[in-house]
Amino acid sequence: MSVEFLNFIETVLNGLMSGVMYSLVALGFVLIFKASGVFNFAQGVFALFAALTLVGYQTGQVPFAHLINELFGTNYHNWYASMPNFLAIILTMITMIALAWIIERLVLKHLVNQDPIILFMATIGLAFALEGVGDLMWGSDVKVLDVGIPSGGSVWLEEATIGLAAEGSDYYGMYIDVLNVWATVIAVILVITLALFSQYTKTGRALRAVADDHQAALSVGISLRTIWILVWAISGFIAMVAGIMWGTESGVQFSLSLIALKALPVLILGGFTSIPGAIIGGLLIGVGEKLAEIYIGGYFETGALENWFAYVMALVFLLFRPQGLFGDKIIERV
Amino acid sequence: MLYKETGQYKSTYKSDHAIFPLIQDKIAFSTLMFIAFLIIPFVINSYWEKAILVPFLIFSLAAIGLNILTGYCGQVSLGTGGFMAVGAFSTYKIMTYFPDLNIMIIVLISGLITAAVGILFGLPSLRIKGFYLAVATLASQFFLVWLFNKVPWFYNYSDTGQITVSERLMFGIPVTGATAPPYATYLFCLILVVLLGFAAKNLIRSKMGRSWMAIRDMDIAAEIIGVPPLKTKLSAFAISSFYIGVAGALYFAVFLGAIEVTESFDIMTISFPVLFMIIIGGLGSMLGSFLGAAFIVTLPIGLKFIMVDLVGLSAVTAKHFEITIWGLLMIIFLIVEPHGLARLWSIAKEKLRRWPFPY
Repeated sequence: MSVEFLNFIETVLNGLMSGVMYSLVALGFVLIFKASGVFNFAQGVFALFAALTLVGYQTGQVPFAHLINELFGTNYHNWYASMPNFLAIILTMITMIALAWIIERLVLKHLVNQDPIILFMATIGLAFALEGVGDLMWGSDVKVLDVGIPSGGSVWLEEATIGLAAEGSDYYGMYIDVLNVWATVIAVILVITLALFSQYTKTGRALRAVADDHQAALSVGISLRTIWILVWAISGFIAMVAGIMWGTESGVQFSLSLIALKALPVLILGGFTSIPGAIIGGLLIGVGEKLAEIYIGGYFETGALENWFAYVMALVFLLFRPQGLFGDKIIERV
Repeated sequence: MLYKETGQYKSTYKSDHAIFPLIQDKIAFSTLMFIAFLIIPFVINSYWEKAILVPFLIFSLAAIGLNILTGYCGQVSLGTGGFMAVGAFSTYKIMTYFPDLNIMIIVLISGLITAAVGILFGLPSLRIKGFYLAVATLASQFFLVWLFNKVPWFYNYSDTGQITVSERLMFGIPVTGATAPPYATYLFCLILVVLLGFAAKNLIRSKMGRSWMAIRDMDIAAEIIGVPPLKTKLSAFAISSFYIGVAGALYFAVFLGAIEVTESFDIMTISFPVLFMIIIGGLGSMLGSFLGAAFIVTLPIGLKFIMVDLVGLSAVTAKHFEITIWGLLMIIFLIVEPHGLARLWSIAKEKLRRWPFPY
């Protein structure tokens, strides 16, 4: 095989894996949009908040330490030195569930029947508030997140592929980050669990019913509020997984919340209402972005297409399918 | 009692169509204009100019622009920052190529260039609606900022990537550059805002404005009764972008003087705040654009004053508090009054009608 072809495969593989990371964020969006019709801009901040909380629990930070110290002149920092990963993750999950409950109680309950744009703006407000609270609670410095997921290049793959190139060429083998492989595995498990949950449990059926038709679901005795709390908690959980993955890769900091902006083109490409759409959209965008960076990016001496390429790609798809690849067909009546 | 319309009869079509049909409104507006044009220029100092008045005027223009598109025509846009950047960079390029051109003309031409770009990025709106469109407008935000950051022609190959304004005179008084006196920059912005504000108000009352609102309320029905969607949507994009472009030009030339595109026109510093302005002020309301801009411009100053000067928090913690309070206020506002400050104002007028009597 020629080196060019091997490089192409490597690019596609890397693209697929980064696409999985996008899908993880997009999945949370889709779940909430399907169940409550809310376009949750705060999903990215959810991921940031979950990652911050996880690090906070792990290292035993005192919440609001900066604030307390500044107001009362005290010097609190840590309660304990460290906490087992497992326990910290469970505690973070509980926090995210509590957060979902609070959001339902304080925000969503009061905004029932408002225009979608008003709800969208409310989630932008939520994103700001949550980001501020996260920073106040845990401090805004860049933190290292390590829950024991290995990272770095895969030596095995490099050695396995080095022989594939033609004799005499200086090919060094493929480079793939082990972290991304783990992310893929975890994402697959997550999606299968979600699918099984919504197919085979009573709550899952209620969830699908609400997603189909709010009023019909209400009339057969499904509690909308419970379902909404549940859905927000599930996307909080997905946000935590995404936060762990992205946080391990690039540290826990403010820029983590911007992955929401990365997930938006994935959403419009796949369709707001489709879980398979979120996954396939993520993969398409991941591969497209990496290929564009290498094969088109070279023609511009300026590079760095990544910021907007996904959007333009999604836009082109939208011109042909205005509801995204797998979204529900938009039927309009006068 | 104070605000009653009884006894004010309209005997001509002209008086019936007036922008301010009531004598009370006329008095209030004239007083406001009197204060703005004849009192403030004599008492303004550089703090009031830089911190409150000029940003308020500039963001009012941007808010009017976005309100035309989102509030009146119903097309949600998140690309305001990108369009303001187009205005700013057009101003810069025109300034370098035509050193003798009057600054007022430069600013208006920048607005026209932005309008052309707006039409281009408005094209997807013919096919895409709702949130899909909102996300699609983000494409313009990211693409335009990338373009101005990465193509050196736009910043004249300067090493820092910054663009800096040169000094321009208006009736012999500098209005841009470091030596411009506060009253000059203030009056320059004020004249543009008043002129363009009246233009917008009248556009909205015209056939074009009514067709925008028809498209907003139900686009298919509007199409059936003969409102052309192509012309209507693109004209909304063009005019909205014109206003935003002028705001961007002023933001660069008059307010900041030197900018770096990724910082100054970020989605978090421009696009979302301007959207907040029109939602807090009131979607589809001219008054709302001004009230929203005033609220968003003064809120951080007020919060900073309370937290840093009164409570004594450090600047970093205060910043975090500010973000939190911002977000919470946003949510509270949407819950309590989703129609914005303009609606509160009309409720207040309703109350004033019979105040101080109970009936």
